[in-house]
Amino acid sequence: MAVEQSRRDFLGMAFGGVAAVGGVFALGAMKKSWDPLPSVQAAGFTTVDLSPMEAGELRTIEWRKKPIFILRKDQKMQKNANRDVVVDNSEFTVVIGLCTHLGCIPSWKPSTQEFLCACHGGVFDASGVNTFGPPPRPMDIPPFKIDGTKLVLGEEGPEYAKLVGKA
Amino acid sequence: MARIEKANGIVDWLDQRLAVKTLAKVLMTEYWIPKNINFLWAMGVVLTVLFKILVISGIFLLMYYKPDVNYAFDSVNFTIMQEVEYGWLWRHMHGVAASAIFLVIYIHMFTGIYYGSYKRGREMIWISGMMLFGIFSAEAFSGYMLPWGQMSYWAAQVITNLFGGIPIIGDALVVWIRGDFAVADATLTRFFMLHVLLLPLVIMLLIVVHFYSLRIPHVNNEEGEEIDFDIEAEKYKAGNKKESKVIPFWPLFLSKDFLIVSIFMIFFFYLVSFHFSFALDPINFEPANAMKTPAHIYPEWYFLWSYEVLRGFFFDVGSIAAADIGLAAFGFANVIFILLPFLDRSPVVAPASQRKGFFIWFWLLLIDMIVLTVYGKLPPTGANAWVGFFAAVLFISLFIALPFVTKNETKRGA
Repeated sequence: MAVEQSRRDFLGMAFGGVAAVGGVFALGAMKKSWDPLPSVQAAGFTTVDLSPMEAGELRTIEWRKKPIFILRKDQKMQKNANRDVVVDNSEFTVVIGLCTHLGCIPSWKPSTQEFLCACHGGVFDASGVNTFGPPPRPMDIPPFKIDGTKLVLGEEGPEYAKLVGKA
Repeated sequence: MARIEKANGIVDWLDQRLAVKTLAKVLMTEYWIPKNINFLWAMGVVLTVLFKILVISGIFLLMYYKPDVNYAFDSVNFTIMQEVEYGWLWRHMHGVAASAIFLVIYIHMFTGIYYGSYKRGREMIWISGMMLFGIFSAEAFSGYMLPWGQMSYWAAQVITNLFGGIPIIGDALVVWIRGDFAVADATLTRFFMLHVLLLPLVIMLLIVVHFYSLRIPHVNNEEGEEIDFDIEAEKYKAGNKKESKVIPFWPLFLSKDFLIVSIFMIFFFYLVSFHFSFALDPINFEPANAMKTPAHIYPEWYFLWSYEVLRGFFFDVGSIAAADIGLAAFGFANVIFILLPFLDRSPVVAPASQRKGFFIWFWLLLIDMIVLTVYGKLPPTGANAWVGFFAAVLFISLFIALPFVTKNETKRGA
């Protein structure tokens, strides 16, 4: 009788074990099916020429479907050695233009030289540092590489590596 | 196997094979409902009717809708609204019913809270109901994305970003949910699948569980009276209908319900015909644009209270960021209702008017949720931000206070 019972237990456990392993693999496949596709992950390098930009000018370009703010700082704007991207001897603010609170796009107010987020009232200064409201951190700096007067977004150059530790 | 004989009619033929007579008895003619109830007990059937309207109108919309970022907006605003005959009717019914179903869900929920219909054996009714509320919220959110207008896009952006607040895995989780670095085609197609298949399936399953959970404890009544349904049913079946405290679900209870449903449908089709625009935000008639955020983003009215709890905490406390406090409060607000049967420590099942402390608690909660809803729509500046903050704090405090409020009740023997 005891032998019979343990045989049955073994069958039950073997069946349950195989089903559990299969279930885990199936879940893994489901998770992977929801991952971003290779084509989505690969599309991601954008090059901008910064030489035509004037001091105080803000440009918004698109990179990986996100807006990127590029602001060439003029004399009045405070420099920020931890965040400024220096190209051709002038300082630029290069940030992903999404509020770090919930991802709305802040708008640039030239009069106060601030980025204002309309969704929940977050404010960032000209270097993209949060100064008021719910945003938990400064706007993110996208990975970039400097190539002469050109900026390549999506590639990590030595200048980016230098900033990333500090910003 | 049952003995099959020559049937004397179609009903008998079916009865021999499917036991339809027994089934009708169990589900309808001998399913007992108390007599001392009021129109608020009809909300469950109103919800069932609204859900049917959503399914039927949804089927017609599904035939022309195209889940693709290049076609979605036009397939709704041009094809369905202008080319398909009566397409506008299906869309307006679908949009208004989505809004109306939340109104009735809230009435249904607060009826349950007021009369204490969530405890003493009725916990599973409440829990399955709150699970339905959660899935309905996901269903509403995923459906809102489909027309792919500006509000669709930015609501999707903001809501998916909420998951970024989860420690460590947050950022990767947001990309995983979206299937892209930003809300994009992959996001639209997967939420389309959720909206038209997976979530409706779960809702239907949960509705069955919700109905079934009523069978053992039975529906509550206006006085919270404990009725012996077996004895009362016997009285009714013996012809003592006047003396019995119960009536059968069919035809008596449902015929009363149909009156309420009819009155509600007049109101519903009045909205569909003349005031459908409240359910269709004008900003959503502008195609989605990832490069431009609308000046004001707000959710539909039924999410405003929890949205206001989220943004009510607008300043940092020590080293904890405002956004994290808000997110934690938002998480709290979304799960706390399901725990209501366990937070209420009083065994008394009675309308709130007969439970002193709980009575005040109930009305404070209702008023607070209305305040949160109103201020959730207003821009969060100046005094508005403080009203939102205090209302959010009150909401959380009420649930923390509930065990103490209800525990006292039993001591006094109220």
